[in-house]
Amino acid sequence: MTENLTADSPVIVEMRDGCVTLGGRPILRGIDLTVHKGEVLALLGANGSGKSTLVRALMGLVPLSRGEVTLFGTPLSRFRRWQQVGFVPQRVTATSGVPASVWEVVASGRLSRRRFLRPLRKADRAAVRDAIAAVGLSGRAQDGCATLSGGQQQRVLIARALAGEPDMLVLDEPTAGVDLQSQQAFADALSALVDQGATIILVAHELGPLAPLIDRTVVMRDGRVAYDGPPLVSAQDIDLYADHGHHHHDQAAATDHTPVVASPIDRPSNREQRA
Amino acid sequence: MTLLEYPFMVRALLGAVFTGLAAPAVGTYLVQRRLALMGDGIGHIAVTGVALGLLTGTSPTLTAVIVAIVGAVVIEVIREQGRAGGDVALALLFYGGIAGGVMLIGLAGQGAFVLQSYLFGSITTISSSDVWVTVVLAAVVVVLAVGLSPQLFAVAQDQEFAKVAGLNVRFYNLLVAVMAAVTVTVAMRTVGLLLVSALMVVPVATSQQLTRGFRTTLFAAMGIGIVASLSGVVFSAYVDVAPGATIVLIALAGFAVAWPVGVLVRRRQRLRAPFLAAPARVGQTDADHTVVPEDHAHEHGDACGHLAVPHGDHVDYVHDGHRHAPHGSHYDEH
Repeated sequence: MTENLTADSPVIVEMRDGCVTLGGRPILRGIDLTVHKGEVLALLGANGSGKSTLVRALMGLVPLSRGEVTLFGTPLSRFRRWQQVGFVPQRVTATSGVPASVWEVVASGRLSRRRFLRPLRKADRAAVRDAIAAVGLSGRAQDGCATLSGGQQQRVLIARALAGEPDMLVLDEPTAGVDLQSQQAFADALSALVDQGATIILVAHELGPLAPLIDRTVVMRDGRVAYDGPPLVSAQDIDLYADHGHHHHDQAAATDHTPVVASPIDRPSNREQRA
Repeated sequence: MTLLEYPFMVRALLGAVFTGLAAPAVGTYLVQRRLALMGDGIGHIAVTGVALGLLTGTSPTLTAVIVAIVGAVVIEVIREQGRAGGDVALALLFYGGIAGGVMLIGLAGQGAFVLQSYLFGSITTISSSDVWVTVVLAAVVVVLAVGLSPQLFAVAQDQEFAKVAGLNVRFYNLLVAVMAAVTVTVAMRTVGLLLVSALMVVPVATSQQLTRGFRTTLFAAMGIGIVASLSGVVFSAYVDVAPGATIVLIALAGFAVAWPVGVLVRRRQRLRAPFLAAPARVGQTDADHTVVPEDHAHEHGDACGHLAVPHGDHVDYVHDGHRHAPHGSHYDEH
């Protein structure tokens, strides 16, 4: 296990016995996860296995029904140093109802480091410029996001997270539906960040060009951790843990892995009785 | 200028300038969240506020501000819950607001004329104390909308990201709702409660035909709002028509001019966008698949213009009547 390798470095994220229920349905069931500084962790699993909910719970976007999360050693409810965290939410586009330029969207990633009611300082502008350059969109900074392709818009969202110069980057399926060129540009930007010692948690369906960066893999299945250890080499290995069985060429034949159990989450008393 | 010799005209122009400035400023954030009709809803609710003022003999503007703020906060809370019946709940609130208002005005013994002056505006009868209230409230709204634009932009653009950036998303959402409520009551005297949403939304829709960035959209919308409301008031001073309706029609005329220009500009941008630079990658063949026969210099991708067909775990691209599937450094026939 990689924990032995990184046991000395400080703990960045910790979840203890994390449970999440949405609409009475258990999504996460007793997750224990510790991420140390400098780790690049890939969170894999089938649709509905709870990997997206897990990172959203780590960011405080989904309330825990049991258990606790600490970020940089501080309980989530008291955590205020959000400039240390960069988040790329799972989104299809970077657009909204009003046009916004690439520069403006990326500059909003600087908010956690800006002082209230002050204009952008020189360092802010430089960070925004660098973040845009890191994802290979320098020539398009003043263009509207709506004119970009889906993959380029995803890169804008990644640049927005990079602009805050985070110590930890959390990405929720950043490469879903992104063309191969954008994936490569993104992988290069991430590896630069890894070299600087950043901690990265990456939710992914398929790793693609990101695979060489990963040094720890967690596979989720039905809201539980099915595998936690060194990177799995082949897709077949991952499928083994994700209970995928075989390679589906035709999506129509694939079963979804949404937990079919509709019962409420296990209560602590039940667990003790069974244990 | 002979117009400025009439004090009521000066008051009307002052009110128009500040309304024209504040309404699109808040409207930009509403449009950004795709809540363009929220102003309309608050306007409906504010009718009850006006009626309460008339019934109790206090200032209708004051009671309208209070009721509109309460209504806007309730709308925001319902929206945040995100329940399936949220839009129905909003409809109940809107129609309850306007029906309650009409009934209360009847109870207060006020006729249809009084109601009409609030529904469709009566900027030329605005009193000097009302002008001051309008100017101060509108100025506060504009200062907040421009000063807090980085925060408000981030929250409206992507709530989850804003939350992880440490912003108090609920506070900013409520702030926009309260600003919208204040603007509705400010604009009530200028364009009227039924048309206020038009002054919030139409200038934004107009300016975004021609802009690429958020700040330029915001400021251009404010400029368009001032031009429309000023020229509307001046026009209705010479020709005897309702100023509120004139302002809205001028704003709409601006949109009618800007829209085809915007369509043209966007089409030209699309044509200018080049194909992705394509490194030549042709070659190796494996036994169990067919490599595309032609020299395939073009690299398929999101923006390549070929029809993309999801195919199991990858995407095929329709190319001259057959499907190309990416395979390593080349394309296979599928």
